Amino acid sequence: MSSAGILPRAAAPLAALPQVLAERGQREVFCGLTGIIWLHRKMQDAFFLVVGSRTCAHLLQSAAGVMIFAEPRFATAILEERDLAGMADANEELDKVVGRLLARRPEIRLLFLVGSCPSEVIKLDLGRAAQRLNQRHAPAVRVLNWSGSGIETTFTQGEDACLAALVPAMPKLAAGAAPTLLVVGALAEAVEDQLRRLFAALGIGAVQFLPPRRAAELPAVGPRSVFLLAQPFLAATAQALEQRGARRLPAPFPLGAEGTTAWLRAAADAFFVDQRRFAEVTAAAEQRARHALDGFRERLAGKRVFLFPDSQLEVPLARFLSRELGMQLVEVGTPYLHRQHLAEELALLPPGTRLVEGQDVDAQLDRCRAARPDITVCGLGLANPLEAEGLTTKWSIELCFTPIQGYEQAADLAELFTRPLVRRSRLES
Amino acid sequence: MHLSVWTYEGPPHVGAMRVATAMQGLHYVLHAPQGDTYADLLFTMIERQGRRPPVTYTTFQARDLGGDTAELFKRSAQAAYERFRPEAILVGASCTAELIQDDPGGLARALGLPVPVVAVELPSYSKRENWGAAETFYQLVRAFAQPRSTPRGSPRCNILGPTALGFRHRDDLREVIALLERLGVAVNVVAPLGARPADLARLGEADFNVVLYPEVANTAAAWLKRQFGQPSTTTVPIGVAATRAFAAEVAQLAGLPAAMLDEAEARSPWYARSVDSNYLNGKRVFVFGDATHALAAARVATVEFGFTLAGLGSYSREFGREIRQAAEQHGVAPLLTEDYLEVEAAIAECQPDLVLGTQMERHIAKRLGIPCAVISAPVHVQDFPARHSPQMGFEGANVLFDTWVHPLMMGLEEHLLGMFREDFEFHAEAAPSHLPQAAAPATGLWTAEAEKELTKIPFFVRGKARRNTERYAAERGIQPITLEALYEAKAHHAR
Ligand code: SF4
Ligand code: SF4
Repeated sequence: MSSAGILPRAAAPLAALPQVLAERGQREVFCGLTGIIWLHRKMQDAFFLVVGSRTCAHLLQSAAGVMIFAEPRFATAILEERDLAGMADANEELDKVVGRLLARRPEIRLLFLVGSCPSEVIKLDLGRAAQRLNQRHAPAVRVLNWSGSGIETTFTQGEDACLAALVPAMPKLAAGAAPTLLVVGALAEAVEDQLRRLFAALGIGAVQFLPPRRAAELPAVGPRSVFLLAQPFLAATAQALEQRGARRLPAPFPLGAEGTTAWLRAAADAFFVDQRRFAEVTAAAEQRARHALDGFRERLAGKRVFLFPDSQLEVPLARFLSRELGMQLVEVGTPYLHRQHLAEELALLPPGTRLVEGQDVDAQLDRCRAARPDITVCGLGLANPLEAEGLTTKWSIELCFTPIQGYEQAADLAELFTRPLVRRSRLES
Repeated sequence: MHLSVWTYEGPPHVGAMRVATAMQGLHYVLHAPQGDTYADLLFTMIERQGRRPPVTYTTFQARDLGGDTAELFKRSAQAAYERFRPEAILVGASCTAELIQDDPGGLARALGLPVPVVAVELPSYSKRENWGAAETFYQLVRAFAQPRSTPRGSPRCNILGPTALGFRHRDDLREVIALLERLGVAVNVVAPLGARPADLARLGEADFNVVLYPEVANTAAAWLKRQFGQPSTTTVPIGVAATRAFAAEVAQLAGLPAAMLDEAEARSPWYARSVDSNYLNGKRVFVFGDATHALAAARVATVEFGFTLAGLGSYSREFGREIRQAAEQHGVAPLLTEDYLEVEAAIAECQPDLVLGTQMERHIAKRLGIPCAVISAPVHVQDFPARHSPQMGFEGANVLFDTWVHPLMMGLEEHLLGMFREDFEFHAEAAPSHLPQAAAPATGLWTAEAEKELTKIPFFVRGKARRNTERYAAERGIQPITLEALYEAKAHHAR
């Protein structure tokens, strides 16, 4: 047994990287603030206070789509002319806003001050503000900060920034403690519960999730922790965890039957679960997932798919679509390609896949129109115009709001891609 | 700094986008970070437009700051021109770009593009969406409109104000054009919706302007008046009376004799007089929206449908005077705010029978179990119905009658519920099929007997009875609420 009680695992060789085309031009993606839409549902005693402009507030409410909640657990402190012209001290104003907010919402245990483009450009130091407010409101409320600004973060990178901000607040795992496994990245609760059962069956007992459902339940971390990324966009979080001594288990992501098994195997290997037991625990579930995919495979095999850059889920999705559903990848765009975290995924992509990092939306639309894929995965701004041009689309944001990870969700994920095709064939028949 | 949960208006550059997207042959180059591209979905998802808004965002990133954002802007403007070949280019900055002060207007002009460049400065930290739309429209009109070059002939007017993402603008426009046609007035230019820059150049050929949406068109109309002496209409034809007044105003501006309009299609006046409408008497209505629609709703609700105005407010602070005046006329306190929580508190306090508001108020009303109809932006996908559904003209008044009265109980249904309360279909828990049930708060506040009595009160007043009684009891320290207290409270509130 190695000193940590867990087995180091070799990462896939980086040399296997396919050709990547880097593109720079107009991007058509949300900023990191968008992550608040799902994070505020996930962490039930946390509140997200964006310090920004009317634009930021408008983005949040437009991306949230429907305003279901009387008072959601997020809001925007909108900067006004007075704050910019120095007529009011922005820090004092912020303290007042926070004071009023906490008085109104006594159930808040964790307050995130979320930076935006305007707060960054005027160099409002939200890190210091968080420290100051922390002192004032501790121990009832902990105040942390991260930035979801569009000049720094793209869409899902907001979640990365948020989780990275949580890492220093995680308690220290006692030196003599048993090794623990951290699963990192917001997952639907049903998915979490399924994974928990699988890990338990494998005999990996000490499994914890980041983010936790409640702020008070932050898992401990230390040199005896290993972690599995459940999402491909968590570069900063992984780095922060590594700084606390935790070690990342390289693996593909748990999308599809194959991805889920490989992801679980990374944990099983690290915890010395023997092959027989691993097979006993996973074989039936994997078989069920593969079986559930059969019908979808029939529909989707050979269909050509074009993925616009959006959530960084594109590479694992492309792997799933091509290997488990037999689809052909026309182009796989991603806003950012983390070559190390995606090494295992990239190795599984068919050779010659056209990978594009970054975006020049008009050029990409030209390529998409020229290729006339059977299905185009894109953001909300592009979907209807492409439909109007006769292309079939799937909005990518749904992939962030829908439980798609794990065995039981493999077919649901496939169904998301069949739905628009079925719709079109129904309407045309 | 102010705390905002939901906002009634977007930032001013979204107003500019509404103008640019409404027009043809115009392209907007917006200096903005990538996240601001969310605004496209307002047009493609909410309005279901089949084309992308004609907007190029520079999407500068942190690494561009301090260095090359100006260069990036120039590259983007040049590329946008080459790709889209617009007849004119609109340039501006969003909130973040405003802070870095790159001067999009100067940069774009320095490119020497072969088409006109119009720069709009929209202060993001003090102004909002409708102001941005008005300012953009005004700047475009100023840039392109030419004085009259043809002699005055048969009467013609411009229609000013309809934009993309406007609340029923598409349908109102069709109604108003038909109305003008019947009056014998030709339409010279409609703008911004559907206009090209070249059409704006012809604005001066009209005798007068029809201002459909003052929030968007007032600034431009005032300039056209100063510049070309074109008068404008001041009546917004929402409701039957306003439609008649609008027709008279148009006739007068056009120099036509006042004509009787054919009102055969105006069904709402008769429907409001139909015997089953008796039950509408004095229904208390709370109105909130943009100024134009809120003022119109207050008028129509009271004078044309016989409701009682119980509250009036608007988020259009620019029209505070008009709102205050109307509120005073109706003896209610004006609510001028863009704070959603304040509106929610006002509605909860008011306990109206009907809320006429925006999508925000629809949510508030749903939670409080109060019927509601939507009368104004901010818009939602439901506000772009597939069918023709105007607010203006006689057909618009018909639509108002249907959409405002439908959420209330029909008279007969109300009677039946009152009479056959114990019937299995009309039992105490029955509710109109279209209304969500407000969850009854769990209480230990009530004695079992009083609680039981409460269930005998028809559901459509039950929530109100519960709240009134609880307030009455709380004010007097009565606990628990007995049968006695329930009827005391009832008598108190009946006074
Ligand atoms: S891109 Fe920047 S300014 Fe725009 S919404 Fe996001 S954080 Fe706010
Ligand atoms: S659903 Fe019920 S209350 Fe509503 S209009 Fe129909 S019958 Fe009347």
